[in-house]
Amino acid sequence: MLQQPYDIEVGAGTMAPETFLRVLGPKPYKVAYVQPSRRPADGRYGDNPNRLYKHMQLQVILKPPPENVQELYLESLAAIGIDLRKHDIKFEEDNWEAPTLAAWGVGWQVMLDGLEITQFTYFQQCGGIDLDPICAELTYGLERIAAFLQDVDSIYDIVWARDPQSGAVVKYRDVRYQDELQMSVSNFEKADVEKTWKHFEIYESESQTLINQFNALLADKNATVDAKQRFPLLAAYELCLKCSHLFNLLDARGAISVTERVGVIARIRQLAVGLAKAYVAQQNLGAEAGKLQKGGAA
Amino acid sequence: MPDFLLEIGTEEIPARMIQGASQELQKRIEELLAKNSLPHQGIKRSETPRRLALVASGIPATQPDVQEQLTGPATKVAYKDGQPTPAAHAFAKKAGVDISQLQKLTTPKGEYLTASVMNKGKPAAQVLTELLPKEIASIYWPKNMYWRAGKPERFVRPVRWIVAMLDGEVIPLEFAGIKAGIQSRGHRILGPAQVSITSPSKYVETMQGAHVTVASGDREYKIRKALDAATRTVMGARWREDAELLKTVMNLTEWPSAILGSFDKEYLSLPEEVLVTVMRDHQKYFAVEDAAGKLAPHFLAVLNTDGDPDGLIRHGNERVLRARFNDARFFWDTDQKITLEQRVEMLSAVTFQKDLGNYYAKTGRVQKLATDIAMALRKAGLAVRADMVSEAARLSKTDLTTELVKEFTELQGIIGGLYAKVQGIPQSVADAIYDQYKPESTEDSAPRTLEGAVLSIADKADSIAGMFALGLVPSGSKDPFALRRQANGIVKTIVEHKLPLSLSRLMAAAREQYAGSEAEKKFTLRDEAYAEAIRGFFRERLEFYLRDVLGLAYDVVNATLAAGADDVVDAVTRAQAVAKVRPSSDFESISVAFKRMKNILRQAAETNKKVATPFDSAALKDAEEKKLADAVPGVAKKVKELSASRQYELALHEISRLRPPIDAFFDKVMVMVEDENLRAQRLGLLQTLVNEFSNIADFSEIVTEKK
Repeated sequence: MLQQPYDIEVGAGTMAPETFLRVLGPKPYKVAYVQPSRRPADGRYGDNPNRLYKHMQLQVILKPPPENVQELYLESLAAIGIDLRKHDIKFEEDNWEAPTLAAWGVGWQVMLDGLEITQFTYFQQCGGIDLDPICAELTYGLERIAAFLQDVDSIYDIVWARDPQSGAVVKYRDVRYQDELQMSVSNFEKADVEKTWKHFEIYESESQTLINQFNALLADKNATVDAKQRFPLLAAYELCLKCSHLFNLLDARGAISVTERVGVIARIRQLAVGLAKAYVAQQNLGAEAGKLQKGGAA
Repeated sequence: MPDFLLEIGTEEIPARMIQGASQELQKRIEELLAKNSLPHQGIKRSETPRRLALVASGIPATQPDVQEQLTGPATKVAYKDGQPTPAAHAFAKKAGVDISQLQKLTTPKGEYLTASVMNKGKPAAQVLTELLPKEIASIYWPKNMYWRAGKPERFVRPVRWIVAMLDGEVIPLEFAGIKAGIQSRGHRILGPAQVSITSPSKYVETMQGAHVTVASGDREYKIRKALDAATRTVMGARWREDAELLKTVMNLTEWPSAILGSFDKEYLSLPEEVLVTVMRDHQKYFAVEDAAGKLAPHFLAVLNTDGDPDGLIRHGNERVLRARFNDARFFWDTDQKITLEQRVEMLSAVTFQKDLGNYYAKTGRVQKLATDIAMALRKAGLAVRADMVSEAARLSKTDLTTELVKEFTELQGIIGGLYAKVQGIPQSVADAIYDQYKPESTEDSAPRTLEGAVLSIADKADSIAGMFALGLVPSGSKDPFALRRQANGIVKTIVEHKLPLSLSRLMAAAREQYAGSEAEKKFTLRDEAYAEAIRGFFRERLEFYLRDVLGLAYDVVNATLAAGADDVVDAVTRAQAVAKVRPSSDFESISVAFKRMKNILRQAAETNKKVATPFDSAALKDAEEKKLADAVPGVAKKVKELSASRQYELALHEISRLRPPIDAFFDKVMVMVEDENLRAQRLGLLQTLVNEFSNIADFSEIVTEKK
C-alpha cells in the first residue's frame, strides 16, 4: 500500500504514525511512503554537496517481513535501473536505535559501490514494546540514489524535471537550495531559544495530559468502549512529534548541554512509551469489542 | 565411516562476529561428538557472511553399544525371607532384565542389587538430529534478534536454510522452522540461487562452483592476490598492509575481487592521517603508497563480485570518496578559523564525564599533574621540558571542539597535533598532543617523546583517579570507560621510556588534583579505600603486562610482584632476571627451601613460638647452622649492592650461593626442637633469610617440582 508523507516535521520516516504506531500489535501491515525528514543539525546552508537539513526518505514497512525480504529489496534496486550484475553490493552491519522513541532494531547499511543507499532494519522494539511480529524497515535515501543514478557529484545537481519540449531542466538546487539556506540560518542563528523551549514545554504538557486522560478513561469501568476508541491518541502523538522536532532544533541551536540532553531525551521517550502503550490498549479494545459482537448473543 | 556436513545459511552476519561464532560452533560440535561416542577423523570449519559450515570426516554411522551397570535397592530391602520384594521386581523391570539376572555388589555402605545392561548405540543421524538444534541455538552473539512471529528463537540474523548430511543422507534436523536438506545457496548476485550438495566431501568444491569461497583463509589469499594485481597497474606502487582491514573485507565477501581507484592529487594536501582514516574506517579501502612510502592518489576497494569490466564500480567508489574528501576538506578549512588557543575556553561546554565535569576542568588538572610529573622526572635526571609539557596539556583537548574530530572521532589528538603544527606551535608541543592517546592497545607504540609520554600518563591517570574515586571501578566484562586499557597504556609508557615513577604516588597526585572540586563531593572511594582499589587494579595491569606482553610465566610474575609492584620499571627488571635464572637447579632448590622456611615460620606463628630477631649466632649449636649463619651477612651485602644498581640477575646468582649451606642446614638441623631458646634462634635465622632475600622476588611463589 502506498501512503502520502506525514505533514508534521519528523526527523525520520520511522516517526510517522504509519511506522511508529502501525508496527505495534499483531496486525500485519505493508506500506511505503516518501517522508521528508528534517534534521536541523545536519543543515549546511546549502554549501555541502552531500548533506541536507531536509532530505527525502522512501520508507517501506513490511510486517511481518517475508522470508525473501532481502531478495525483494534487491529486486527493487533492479526496478529503478540498477543492474546488480554490474555493481558491488554489500550488507554491512548497522544497528539502528532511536532513544527518543525507545525503539531499536538490528540490520545493515546497504552499500552500493561504496555508497550507503539504504538502511535495512529488523525492528525489535518500538515505544518500549517488544514487537511481535517484528517488521522489516527499509529506508532508501532518495537524494543519494538519484545522484547515483544521474551520476552527479552534488545533490543540488540532480535533474528534478525536464521540459519535454525544450529539454530545459529544473535542478534540485532550483527547488531546494533556498529552503536549505534559509532554514539553516533559522535553525543555527535565528530560532529563539527561550520561545522554542516554551513551545516544547507546551506541547509536552498537552501530550502528557491527553495520555493521562486516556489512561483514566481506560481504567473507568463506566466508560463505553466507543468513548475509549474515539479518544484522540493520534493527536497526542502529533504533539509528541512536535516535541521531538523542537528538541532537534534546540540541539542544533546549541542550547542543550550534554547533561541536559539525556534528561530531555528521557522526557520525549516518556511520551513515546506512554503513547505506544496507550495505543496498543486502544487497539486491543477494538479486538475485544469485535469478539463481543461476534459472540454477542446477549 | 561417513562424513558429516552442517551448513547454517543466514542473512549477512556482521563481519566482526563471523569468526568467533564459527569457532564456537566447531567447539560445540566437537564436544557433542566426543560426548556421544562419535569420534571424528578430522574437522574443518568454514564461514562466510551468509553461512557457518563444518565438515567432520569419518564419524561412526552408529554409536557403539555400551555395557552399563545399574545399582538398585539394598539387598536387605530387595529380598524378604529369600523372596524378591516389589522393590526387586521394580528394579529388574526398570533395567529390562529378568530378576534372576540381578547380581549383588558389596559396597562400604552395604550390599546392593546391580544389573548389567547393554545400551544399544543409536544411529549418528538420530543423535545429531536430536542434539544439534540446541547447539545451534546456543551460539553466543553480541547482539541477536527475533524474527518469526510468536517464536522464541533468536539468532544474529534470520536463518534461511540448513544443510545437514551424513555422506549423501540428509540429517532431518529442524531449527527455527527450517528443515535441513541438501539445498544450499550460491552467491547473492553471481548465483546460482540454489545449489545441491551431494556429499560433504564435495562441499567446498560445489560452493566454489556457486561463486562462494567458503574457507576464510582462501578468501584472504584471494584478496591479497587481487590487491597485488590491482596495485601492479601503478608503477612502483604498493598497497599498505592492514591486517585488521583485511580480516574485515574477508568477512564481508563470499567471492572477493579488488579494483584500483584514483582520486585527485589536490586532496593529498590534506594530512595523510585524515585521508587514510576516511579510506580505511569509512570506506574500507586500502591505501596505496609510492616507492618512497608516500601516500599515492589511489585506493583499493575489495568487492564482493567477480570484477568490474565496465569500470562502473570503480567510478562509483571514486565518486563516494571524492564526496568524503570534500567533506573532510570543508571541515579542515572551517576549523582553521578558530585557533586551538581560542578553543581552550570552549572546552567548558564539552562534558568529560557527568560527575567529573567538563574538559576545561580536566585540562586544568592534567596540566598541573603533567607539569609536576615532568619536574619530578627532571629531578631524577631525565631531559624532559616541563614548559612544553604544560603547554601541550593546556591545548591537548581543544581538538574535541573541531568539526573534523566531531566527524572522525578516532582522530582525536592526532588532529590537535596537526593543527598545532599548522598554527606554528612548537614541534615538541604538537608531537605531545598528537601522541597523547597512545598507546591505544598493547600492540600500539608508546608516545615518541618524553613530553608526549608525560602528557599521556597524566591524562590517563586523571581519568582513572576520577572514575575510581566515583566508585566506577571496572569489574568483569564491565569497563565502560576502558580504564583497563588506559592503565595498560600507563604501564607500557613507563616501561618503554624507563620512567622512575611510583604508581601509588602518581595516582595519589592525580586524586589530589580533584581536591576542592564539585566532582569531589560525589566521590565515594576515599583515602585508603581508594589507594587499595588502585593498588589492586594496577597490580593486575602489571601482571597482564608481564604475562601477556612479555610472555613471562605466571609464577615468575607472582613471585616478582609479591616483592613489590609500585615501581614498574624495577618490577619488570626483576621479573626478567627471575625468568632468566629460573631454569637453573640452584634456583629451583632455593625456591623449595624458601617454601619450606615460610611453612616452618607460619607453623611457628600459628603455635605462638618465639622467633629471635635478630638471632644470636653464638647461641647456635650445629656446624651446619653456624655455617649458614656465617654466610648470610656477606651474601646479603652483595645482594644489596647489586640490587641498588638493578643488577638483579647477578644478585640472584649471589643468592644461589647459599644453596649448599641451606641444603646442609635442612639435611642436618631440626628447627622445631624442644629447647625453647635454640628453637627461637633457629627460627630467627630462617626469618632473617626470608627478610633479607625476598626483595627481588618471593621465591616461595615459584612453582617447583619437588616439594
